Amino acid sequence: MEMLPAQFLQNFIDEYEAVAGRGSIEHLRQLAAPLKGARVVHVNSTREGGGVAEILQKLVPFKQALGLDARWEVIAGDRIFYACTKKLHNGLQGEAVAVGDEELRVYEDANAANAENLRSLLEEADFVFIHDPQPAALLAQCPRRRGKWVWRCHIDASRPHPPIWNYLRKWVMPYDASIFSLPEFSQALPHPQYIIAPSIDPLSEKNRDLPAAEVGELDPRFGFDSNLPLVLQVSRYDRFKDPLGVIEACRMARKLVPLQLVLAGGGAADDPEGDAVLREVQVATAGDPHIHVLLLPNSAHRTINALQRRADIVLQKSLREGFGLTVTEALWKGKPVIGGDTGGIRLQVFDHYTGFLVRTPDGAALRIRYLLHREDLRRQMGERARRFIWENYLLTRHLREYLTLMLGLLHGHQERLEAIEFS
Amino acid sequence: MQIGNGSPARPGNGFSVRDCALITLATGERAHSLKELREGLLRVPVGSLYHHFWGRLLRPQFDEPEYNNDFASWAWRGLHDRPLAERLSMVIPTDFDDLEGVRQEVLEIVHQRLDESELALWSAVDQGFYFLHGQVVVFSAGLVFDHPADIVSYLPSLSTGSVFFHFIDARRRTPQRNDDFSAWLAGFDGEFAPLIADLAGLDPYFSSLKELRHRVSAIFQRHFAGSA
Repeated sequence: MEMLPAQFLQNFIDEYEAVAGRGSIEHLRQLAAPLKGARVVHVNSTREGGGVAEILQKLVPFKQALGLDARWEVIAGDRIFYACTKKLHNGLQGEAVAVGDEELRVYEDANAANAENLRSLLEEADFVFIHDPQPAALLAQCPRRRGKWVWRCHIDASRPHPPIWNYLRKWVMPYDASIFSLPEFSQALPHPQYIIAPSIDPLSEKNRDLPAAEVGELDPRFGFDSNLPLVLQVSRYDRFKDPLGVIEACRMARKLVPLQLVLAGGGAADDPEGDAVLREVQVATAGDPHIHVLLLPNSAHRTINALQRRADIVLQKSLREGFGLTVTEALWKGKPVIGGDTGGIRLQVFDHYTGFLVRTPDGAALRIRYLLHREDLRRQMGERARRFIWENYLLTRHLREYLTLMLGLLHGHQERLEAIEFS
Repeated sequence: MQIGNGSPARPGNGFSVRDCALITLATGERAHSLKELREGLLRVPVGSLYHHFWGRLLRPQFDEPEYNNDFASWAWRGLHDRPLAERLSMVIPTDFDDLEGVRQEVLEIVHQRLDESELALWSAVDQGFYFLHGQVVVFSAGLVFDHPADIVSYLPSLSTGSVFFHFIDARRRTPQRNDDFSAWLAGFDGEFAPLIADLAGLDPYFSSLKELRHRVSAIFQRHFAGSA
């Protein structure tokens, strides 16, 4: 991504000011002032699709709007390269994958080939952010680099498969720093490890305000009962998301309070286990008119947005979770969330304030009953939830932490940097 | 960029408002039992103590936590040990000359709990404690006030970073262990002694930064409404 036109950047930042508040944008401007003109390059492996591309589509223009010379480059590779990096990704997440020597050679060759195109840009940059394992080996191809290189890991690396981490670690070790999303994901590395939680973009299709009519269209479109409260879980069909536990919880709760459940998840065509879980869910819910199992394309951001707004309560009853951005999205829409007591859900769901943490289907059923009986509390929790996300988990906070990290890196390991005059 | 330790409070010369931002780092130390917490406490840099008592206020966080430091919060959420959480929550950092004193006090409480309870020694947790530390970048908010009355209308919109810098961080940074506003007001030859006394009555460690801003703002408004 090249530098965008000034008028576009002004409109861009004005839009965020309208949502995030003037103080928040002013704070970013002051923090960014000493970094004005800094050459920053982000590198990942895809321009479209996936959480990393979504973040960079906004983060890079935002940095440009604040006066940084920010660029975004995407590396290319062949089918074997992507098959290999998919395995590296899954191995980092803990799956016991095996990657052959030939695949690793393709991975390293692809990084070397991409370095041929990017070397001068990367070696001249003041800051280089390399996202996830795909381009991690680029650093070794840039021996005359002059700036700070940071490896940004977006993956839940709390329990990486040891052979995979041992391989990746050798590429990551020479970086000046790395970034993990949660403290529990950090690893034994010889450089500073920053912790930056993910964020949501309030202006994306998935999160921006929608006309009420668009939300209202969901009932006829999917056959929901307009007279019944709606409980929603949005997630992949994955055992760690416990969809069967959600079904059990809703069946327990509806003995005492009428409700309908919507399970909405992405396609599982390339995920054999996901396919199996989806089939189990379909078998478990067959013939039940008040449980709707939706298989939505990965691009159905606006539908997911509308579903979250239509819901009375959102569940994320995960047994294991990274950060849980679906929780963030639901809270942003003012919905109390009943979430599994695990991972990043604990950073977002606070009992009686923004929802409830639960460990069993029974616990989820209890809280569903409680919340469906108390519309006043649902509304109150929803207001707190939206405010909590506004203050803590929007893109603007994410950017603030990137800027702080960059200033921190310029001054080594000092715990405190006092800038008397910024010009 | 100039790096230095200049005070924002310049009696007679106005008050320069500063802002700050925090970035969190992992120390690599983690604990999955009270015994491991004790071992980690012995190893981590004092900056980690600062982060878990004070820096946490600048992290994304819930405004009404049950306990007011990360050790106490974990004692309850991770260990489900309410007596320990209650004791740790009453460690007041400014009671000690420096952060080593705070470390010793926390260690003392942990030792005491381990002596009291066999269960505490061995109970494992499903939620570990991750020792963190932070880097704080301080920068000018671009505002200078010549007289305390001028600041009243600005206080409700003071950023939480500025609240942290002038009311929390100042107590560690300055020899008087006081907030920056009180230090500035003291330069007006006793004219603002009642206002200083009211500010001294604030408990800055219990509230969120927004709550603290609200209280400081109310104190200033009350004072200047009364003197108008």
